[in-house]
Order: sequence, then C-alpha cells, then structure tokens
Amino acid sequence: MIEIRFHGRGGQGAVIASELLAQAAFLEGKYPQSFPFFGVERRGAPVTAYTRIDDAPIQIRTSITDPDIVVVLDAQLMRTISVTAGLKPDGLLLVNSEKAPDALASSFKGRVATIDATSIALAHGLGSKATPIVNTAVLGALARASGIVTLDSVRKAVGRFVPAKQQANVMAAEDAYQHVVSLAVVP
Amino acid sequence: MTQLVISGNYAQSYAAKLARVHVVSAYPITPQTAIVEKIAEFVASGALPAEYIKVESEHSAMQACISASALGARTYTATSSQGLLLMHELLHWAAGARTPVVMGVVNRAVAPPWSIWTDHGDTMSQRDTGWIQFYGESNQEVLDTTLMAFRLAEHPEVRLPAMVTEDAFYLSHTVEPVDIPGQDQVDAFLPPRERSSTLEVGKAMRLGSFTGPEHYMEFRHKIAKAMVRTRDVFLEIEDDYARITGRNHGGLLPTYKTDDADTVLVTMGTATTTARGVVDAMRADGHKVGLAKLRTFRPFPVQELRDLATRVDRIGVLDRSFTFGAAGAAFTEVAGALYAAPHHPQLRGFVAGLGGRDITAAMVREALLDLLTRDGPESSWVELKSRTEAS
Repeated sequence: MIEIRFHGRGGQGAVIASELLAQAAFLEGKYPQSFPFFGVERRGAPVTAYTRIDDAPIQIRTSITDPDIVVVLDAQLMRTISVTAGLKPDGLLLVNSEKAPDALASSFKGRVATIDATSIALAHGLGSKATPIVNTAVLGALARASGIVTLDSVRKAVGRFVPAKQQANVMAAEDAYQHVVSLAVVP
Repeated sequence: MTQLVISGNYAQSYAAKLARVHVVSAYPITPQTAIVEKIAEFVASGALPAEYIKVESEHSAMQACISASALGARTYTATSSQGLLLMHELLHWAAGARTPVVMGVVNRAVAPPWSIWTDHGDTMSQRDTGWIQFYGESNQEVLDTTLMAFRLAEHPEVRLPAMVTEDAFYLSHTVEPVDIPGQDQVDAFLPPRERSSTLEVGKAMRLGSFTGPEHYMEFRHKIAKAMVRTRDVFLEIEDDYARITGRNHGGLLPTYKTDDADTVLVTMGTATTTARGVVDAMRADGHKVGLAKLRTFRPFPVQELRDLATRVDRIGVLDRSFTFGAAGAAFTEVAGALYAAPHHPQLRGFVAGLGGRDITAAMVREALLDLLTRDGPESSWVELKSRTEAS
C-alpha cells in the first residue's frame, strides 16, 4: 500500500488533487481511498488530504501519519506546519516551489522534488495570481517524480473529473510532468 | 452496473435516485450537504423526476417528508448532528405515524464544543424514537443498505422510518470504488411503493389524532411488534438484494473470524475496517480473535449476540459515543442482551474516537490484547490525554 499526504490551503485544490490521484489509480485497476481533513472550512486555511493506493481493498480508515509521499501545494506552509512529520526515510517530498530541490534538502533527508506549479497554473489561466489553482500541475509532477500513476492516467482523470477548464488543466499536468526536478538521494 | 469512485455522501445520493424517490426535503448541514446538493442536481437536470421541497430548518424538512409519506410518496432526507437533534420531535412523529421515511445521517459529534468530525452521539441519542438504525462501514454498504432500507421501511409488516448512517469524513468525504447497480436491477428489487394505509382523497382516515389511555399502549405495542418483525423481513430483503446484485453484507451482526475465536470485539461503522486489519495481523501471531459488527442498532441484534456468546469467552465493545451517567450505548445494550442468555462471556467496554479522533490500528490491538491478557475495568476511555498532553 502507498500512502500519500497532501498539504495545501483552502482554494488551491489539495482535496481535488487527492481525489484525482484516486481516480487515476482506479483507472489502472488499483483500489484507492482518498479523504480530506478540514481544519476550518475557509479559503486560505491549511487543508490536509490523504490518498491510499493498494492492489487489494484497503483495510484501514484513519488519517495517514506515516506517509510514503508528502505533497506540499504551498511552500509557505512549511514555516508553520511540520509537513514531513512521519514521512518514511525512503519516502518522497514534493513541493510546489520555484527553488531547486537541494534548497529544500534541510527539510527532509530522503528524496526531494520541486515543481514551479504556481507559474505553470498561471500560464494556463488556472486561478489568479493571489490564489493560483495548482492541483493539476502538482499531480503531473507527482506522476513523474513518484511513478505511482502514469501521465496517461492523470490526463484521463483530470480530463474527466475536474469541474472546469479540462483542457487547460490537462496541459498544466503535462507541463509539470516535463519540468519537475527531482533530487536523487546521495547514498 | 457501473463502478465509480465516489464519496459516501454521493453513495446516498445515487441510492435515492435509483430508488426513484418522489419527494426530497432537506436543509443542508456540514458534512452531509453534498448528499442533498447532488440530489438537487439530479432533480434540476431531470435525471430524477422528484419534488424537491426547500425548507427553513431540519424540523420542517422532516415534517414535509412525513406529510408526503403519509400520502404514499417515497421520501428521502439527509442530515447530521445538530440538524438531527433539531428533528428530534418529528422523528418520534415519523415512527408514531408509521411513515416509512428514509434518511441518510452523517454521524457527527454534538456541540458544544463545536465539531464537524465523527462520532455516534447524534444518532445514539435518537435510538428510542422508533426508527430503524443502520450503521455503514463502507460507501458500498451505504448505497446498498439505503436501497434495502426503502423496501424494509415500506414493507407492510414494518412501516417504520429508517436511517442509514455513515461516519463523517471517514465515509462522507472519502472517495472509494462503489458498484452502482443498474436501474433495471433496482427496479426489479424495489418496485413502486404500494398504496396501503395512506391518506387518500375520498377516504375517511385519521392520522396522529388524540388518543386516550384506552388505546395509546396498543399503538406503542404495534410499533414494538413491527420493530421485532423487522429482523426477519430485513434478512429476506437482503437475500433478495444479493440475488439481484450479488452483494450481501451479512445481516444485522456480520461476524469475522469468530468461529474458533476466544475473544471478539464488537464494533460499529468505519472502526470495523481498521479492526478487521488488526484481527488479521493478530491471527497471524496466533491470537484467536474475531470481530462482530453492529450493523443495526435498532432493531438491536439480540439473537445474534446470544449466539455469539455461546462460542466466545470474552467480548469487548468499542463505542464511539458515551451515555453520561452510564456507559457506552453499545456496551450497555450488549450487556442487556446477554444477561438473560445462558452463557456469560466476560464483557468490557472501550470508548474511543469521539469527536473524530482516529481509532487507530494500535488502539484496537491494545484493546484486544487487554481483553486477552488482563482483567481490566468494566469500562474505559481509550488513550485519554493527560492535562499536559492536551494543552
């Protein structure tokens, strides 16, 4: 079983990202489970969302405390929230940041990857400069950096299930897939 | 049949649509709002030709459902926590008037302090209203049970309202694969409601009128008898559902690995899934443990529990609510059911997961080990924080 935890702010689409990942995994014949944990339901408030993916029906219904992968939709959250809490040492930390992964190496000793999802989202007209909707770009980057789902499944899931601007969202995911930078762990 | 990855909320909405409900009246409340939003979409698009009655409160929503149901309509509503509490008076009315309203409830802790997260305090405090109560473990079970609930509630020997509950967030907002039966399958299983004992133009009838001491007890006794009858009727209905869809969720008290178990944990709702994983892991270590899930709380599966008690030495009850001044509601009921039985396993109560706290695999394992190895207190609260931890 693979466990993924998303950290974002209300309005960025972290919950939808976790659900789209579940849809993409389902398209590949896997058993997914995804759910959000809301703090306060308002725009800008920190939001956590979880996705589990397995080859068999999932026998657990709790939040995820020891994830294999952590995805951060807003790097500013890392100042106030311990996003890497419980992240497995051989896991992956993917952050929406314009910085190179080695700039974030102090946050996590395992694999770190970064994607400038904000620029990609804005280039495709997704959200506004104040609140870019980065979820589909982040999902494209996640597919590449983790290999847990294929880009093709992400394309299909995004095309079918995002409520608006399907084409722009698919293109944002494709762009991010091409541009994600992953820092290999030096053994 | 199609398979979709949907939330527990949408599982309720799809069930109401497949049941071809005539009247829906609801007032939105977190976290059930998505149930009635989706139904409103179905109605607006014409996919569900139903009357959607907008109201100003949950109290009115239930009143609208009771009135429509009394006229023979198949009716549905949904609510959660404080909304359910506001309905309380009308819940008694629905049962007393024998209107087979079906309601989805997203189990959520009761305020204050305010919470949007799950526990069973809201529906447990409605257990004496005369409603049939189902507690769901998965989105599939929620959808299937809602369809069965319509047929059960409307059965001429039952005619009682039914609520199908799901844990907030752990089901309501969790997306997972769900088989959606075809409309033809549902139509074969759930024909239109029969018009019997319903109000009709040109037919003199009275509903809910004044009743003196000479008859009131008999009215109550009819409800009591109907609730007893519910057990067998439901088992027949579930067999029929299984014939059509291939799915049977195991009656009122589905058990897991209890045949040779010494120790069994009784669970409700989504804690069951996690507990099943723990049972598998502990079995691998040689512990003879098992599970029994209270799928219905009303009617309470007394017969099933007494059967279970003949096979096991120790029973633990995991409650996601608490009855102040007494114990966990499920614990009290299990104890009551077993008192008159010939076999008395050791009984322990565990209160856990209130206000949406995770019921973790480690917690369940600890409770089962505690049951297996120690003679602990009759009832305990699991992993309660000390004052310093909580601050």
